[in-house]
Amino acid sequence: MARIRIPTPLRPYTGGQEHVTVSGRTVGEALADLTRQYPELERHLFNGGQLRSFVNVFVGEEDIRHLDGPHTPVTENTQLLIIPSIAGG
Amino acid sequence: MQIVLSREHLARVEQHGERSYPNEGAGFLLGHAAGDTVTISAVLPLENRREASAQHNRYELAPQDYLRAELEAAARGLSLVGVFHSHPDHPAQPSEFDREHALPHFSYLITSVRGGRAGATHAWRLREDRSGFDEDALTISQEEDTV
Repeated sequence: MARIRIPTPLRPYTGGQEHVTVSGRTVGEALADLTRQYPELERHLFNGGQLRSFVNVFVGEEDIRHLDGPHTPVTENTQLLIIPSIAGG
Repeated sequence: MQIVLSREHLARVEQHGERSYPNEGAGFLLGHAAGDTVTISAVLPLENRREASAQHNRYELAPQDYLRAELEAAARGLSLVGVFHSHPDHPAQPSEFDREHALPHFSYLITSVRGGRAGATHAWRLREDRSGFDEDALTISQEEDTV
């Protein structure tokens, strides 16, 4: 089971947990399991089924956009980080 | 919600906006939340990572800056509680672009900077359904609350 680190402002949706254990063989499956466990996260992570542009998912120090996106494989030892890009105007 | 900020921290927020003018300046707010009150205990001014041509009306903080801020907050026994940024020659009210990119449960301080001088600062919070912002009461305390 992989582990996902949840950023502070989204922890109210995971019962305050900093880390959530998820199942899945890819990043996409792991995120789907995360939102299955905590459905309120969905609207803040996804827009029309796609990751919101300011939501970054890292495997270790690599942004999945520079890997294989949602198809990036994960193992039971993978540490995923959700890190928002903070932006505005 | 009520946001409590010391005069000194407000001054740092204002100075970052003035130094960044005519571009937007931004950074993180560290502190703690208890009940309906968020107390700001530290201000982390950061570099605007947007391309130079867009910085007059856009800001962006890098994911690495975000992670560093969370880790620094944890190391100081605080939480990452929000973001501040300036609106050069515009009111201290969130834009539609701010709403699209906002996170829930964060305090957003916006400072209007007109002609290079900081004016009003207001505090905002994204609604749960992401439909807009509600304004939080901003209280300026006389004493600094640092950890």
